[in-house]
Amino acid sequence: MRTGRPRRGRRIMLALLTVLTAAVSAADVAPPSGVTAVDTPNDRGNSIDLTWQPSPEDRSPAPGESAAVTVTQYRILRAASLTGTFVEAGTVLPGDTSFTDAGVENGIGYYYRIEAIGSDSSWAQTAPLGPAVARGQWFDTRKSVLLAFVLLYCAVVLYLIQQARSGKELFIRPIPGLAAVDEAIGRATEMGRPILFVPGLGVTGEVATLAAFTMLGRVAKKTAEYQTSVRVPCYDPMVMTIAQDIVKSSYLDAGYPEAYREEDVFFVTQDQFSYVAAVNGMMIRERPATNFYIGKFYAESLILAETGNYAGSIQIAGTDEITQIPFFVAACDYTLIGEELYAASAYLSREAPLLGTLKGQDAGKAAVVVLVVLGTIAATLGINGFVDFFATR
Amino acid sequence: MKRELPRIITLVTGIYLALQYFIPHRASAKVYETLNDWLIVIGIFAIVLGILGLARMHIGKVQQRDPNWPYSLTLLVGLFGMIALGFGGQGLGTPFVRAYFSVLNPIQATMFAMLAFYIASAAYRAFRARTALATILLVSAVIVMVGRVPLGELLWPKFQLGSLTVPGAAEISDWMLNVPNLAAKRAIYIGLGLGGAATALKVVLGIEAPHLRG
Repeated sequence: MRTGRPRRGRRIMLALLTVLTAAVSAADVAPPSGVTAVDTPNDRGNSIDLTWQPSPEDRSPAPGESAAVTVTQYRILRAASLTGTFVEAGTVLPGDTSFTDAGVENGIGYYYRIEAIGSDSSWAQTAPLGPAVARGQWFDTRKSVLLAFVLLYCAVVLYLIQQARSGKELFIRPIPGLAAVDEAIGRATEMGRPILFVPGLGVTGEVATLAAFTMLGRVAKKTAEYQTSVRVPCYDPMVMTIAQDIVKSSYLDAGYPEAYREEDVFFVTQDQFSYVAAVNGMMIRERPATNFYIGKFYAESLILAETGNYAGSIQIAGTDEITQIPFFVAACDYTLIGEELYAASAYLSREAPLLGTLKGQDAGKAAVVVLVVLGTIAATLGINGFVDFFATR
Repeated sequence: MKRELPRIITLVTGIYLALQYFIPHRASAKVYETLNDWLIVIGIFAIVLGILGLARMHIGKVQQRDPNWPYSLTLLVGLFGMIALGFGGQGLGTPFVRAYFSVLNPIQATMFAMLAFYIASAAYRAFRARTALATILLVSAVIVMVGRVPLGELLWPKFQLGSLTVPGAAEISDWMLNVPNLAAKRAIYIGLGLGGAATALKVVLGIEAPHLRG
């Protein structure tokens, strides 16, 4: 018995000491302050943004202060109700004062605690904050300026289309690459050789491919009138089906539906260099008088254009892939640079609505030039508000 | 109606896809993803059409002993041969994968490697100093090329001339790429953006719809 009492007493003392030590340890690190929890703006939902002011212990120890307690991480704890169990939603390193909780349901109120964990394993939590509710937004406010510009641009284009329809004369500057189309088709007719139209590696949803369709329609109509054949090797099968329809209806428009041959518009392969090999083989074997490269092109642009040059064909190219334009300039007779690619239909047809859109592009470019000049002046003078207003966010 | 219905679908889909860029909501994203899935499904049907058309054309050439019929036969052997090998499995070590890595892959690499020779021949023509503009192009190209290689920095380093620092090939090359070249590229990008938007507007509004002409 005598020996038992002191042992029990020691155990009680040890337990009390442990509890007291933990309480003191927990108080060594202070929790962060100024916590906010709000729905993430301009997102599709399922996300809440948290911010806080760092704990006073969120710092590097001063020289000679190596024993000081500092924050080693923050734990973000989340609960679906104030009385519910708080579970870890994530952790961040000291110095970070924000966290995006992307693991929440829309429409449910969530409560948060931020827990600072000290280098001595002590911890301190903020009081529960909430409820914060995640929701998806129906408009991304960061894109307001872009939307305004797009709407204004569309309005200007539509206005100019109306002007063109009302008979107003619109000047279109000469574009050598497009002016040469007739000459190129005429040359093919004289030589009795086919025309090769390469619509590139793009798919139907790309604007460059749509521009290629437009130009193909015009070229096919002229080839039908001149009784010359046009060969269209396609990289994408959907492009092939649309190109077949375009060429067929162009032959119909020209009054020569019987001259259309479906096998002239054909699928080759969806492998880049196999496609190049097939088209190059056609150029060498069939020696087309004229090659059109209109659409989306990548590394194959120069291989195609150089082979066409070697085969002695007149070559007209246009792409929106800016890195490929120099290769076409070096190897082709005419290159449509930049927006000239999209001017083909208006230039070749001279239809009023199409000329109106062309003038709309010019108006848009003029507006951008004015904004660039004003932005340069504003940035030079240190007026950053003007530049920030248009900055991509 | 045969022509009007596709135009209405184009108009509605075009306006939705333009607005979708400004709508982050999950419901909108889901519609967009569904449309993309439809595109993939339609694309698979189109592949079948494409392969059938290709096979029909080349079988016809072989049957009619077209002047280039051996090429058509090679294509047919490759097409149907790979399909047949594909039925034997597509894991590592299977005949399909071995044919891919032993035949197709080296051929593709060879085609890509030929680009180096094409660049040399195109550069030879482009850099001939026949006009003032071509001379500017030649001089610019030489400076950029010299500035991009380590030897260029040794041959033409920057140096001090009194209080003036004369830039070397690397500095001039960087300036040419980052100032005049970048300005020109951005101008082209702006033109492409506006032209693309105008083209999309023409298609959506049916002012020009080449894909609906058939």
